Amino acid sequence: MKPALLAAVVLAGTLGTLPSHAGPTQTAVLETYAAQAKVAEPGFAGFSVERGKALFLGRFTTGKPDTPSCTTCHTTDPRKEGQTRAGKVIGPMALSAKPDRYGVLAEAEKWFARNCDSVLGRACTPREKGDFISFMVSQ
Amino acid sequence: MLRVTCTIAALACGLPGLAVAQPSAAPQALMSKECGACHMAFPANQLPARSWAAVMAGLADHFGENAALDPASRAAIEGYLTANAATGRAKALRGLAENQTPLRITELPSWQREHRGKVTPQKLAITKAKSQSDCVACHAGAARGQFDDD
Ligand code: HEC
Ligand code: HEC
Ligand code: HEC
Repeated sequence: MKPALLAAVVLAGTLGTLPSHAGPTQTAVLETYAAQAKVAEPGFAGFSVERGKALFLGRFTTGKPDTPSCTTCHTTDPRKEGQTRAGKVIGPMALSAKPDRYGVLAEAEKWFARNCDSVLGRACTPREKGDFISFMVSQ
Repeated sequence: MLRVTCTIAALACGLPGLAVAQPSAAPQALMSKECGACHMAFPANQLPARSWAAVMAGLADHFGENAALDPASRAAIEGYLTANAATGRAKALRGLAENQTPLRITELPSWQREHRGKVTPQKLAITKAKSQSDCVACHAGAARGQFDDD
């Protein structure tokens, strides 16, 4: 099976049955992460909204001390505005509240690279990125 | 959108020549976007070139956060900031020794003299400034380099 087709099948198995506001651009980004997750984890069986929520709400001690959680800046409510540590407003993370999110792979990659390192002290895996976006497009 | 996609994911873009050339086309706009994501984009003329070079070399551990950029954007922004930095007798550099490389504007002797008694905890609370680095809380025109507006 071609990677793209495989990704579509994996996505259909996860997102197809879940409430999702994802449009074509978000679906394309999710397909890219699904294809990467297949390679990284042979047992990969699709993204999980629940795991994405747990990553979003989790508190970690492995990253930088000032940023123990995604919620440090994004607040615990994905539909609400957040704030950077320097005081600037961050638009909501839920796709329903900010429809231009998760549609540009390079933008998502840049912020996952920064924020996963700040909070977790390591890169997020393709599965974690897909879980996180799956949660946010369901919100 | 496409331009940013290409500069950051040059390989995925499939136009590596274009991807390398693009950031320098509008380095100031790139700086405003990338360095304005978490705080206002600090004006280049508020620090000497050596300070900007040091800030840009340490983006992966930027005041307690990872603010890393792809290499092409990083180089273009460093080029813009150092080319437009404070030089010579600029007000920002008064009292600063040549061998000092502050990473913060708020560490400059001139900034500290200018703000003596003006960024106390009470003053920060009144202005709702998140910290003394939150210039826009007190200077509405700060992002445009205007600080004499109050
Ligand atoms: C230190 C503050 C901070 C923390 C902590 C933080 N973020 Fe962010 N995040 C930001 C800022 C600032 C932006 C860019 C502004 C925007 O997109 O509105 C952003 C943007 C993003 C984006 C880009 C969304 C898009 O539009 O494509 C993703 C994805 C993201 N964050 C994920 C995370 C995850 C996952 C965590 C926890 C592991 C996290 N963030 C923790 C500040 C933070
Ligand atoms: C991911 C978020 C983020 C991004 C992106 C970011 N910064 Fe920062 N920056 C911070 C934080 C947090 C501080 C510390 C603020 C404080 O102390 O209140 C800071 C502080 C600074 C300061 C010191 C301010 C002072 O106190 O005088 C400078 C200078 C600076 N940043 C330059 C830059 C430049 C140049 C860029 C673009 C290449 C950039 N920043 C991008 C988060 C960010
Ligand atoms: C809590 C409020 C506050 C914050 C935060 C603040 N300033 Fe100021 N600043 C002042 C006040 C008050 C003055 C003196 C009044 C004046 O000259 O406009 C001043 C004066 C200045 C001046 C001299 C203006 C002139 O024309 O003489 C500069 C330059 C300046 N600030 C830059 C900054 C920068 C850069 C930052 C962020 C790194 C900053 N300020 C943060 C309150 C603040």
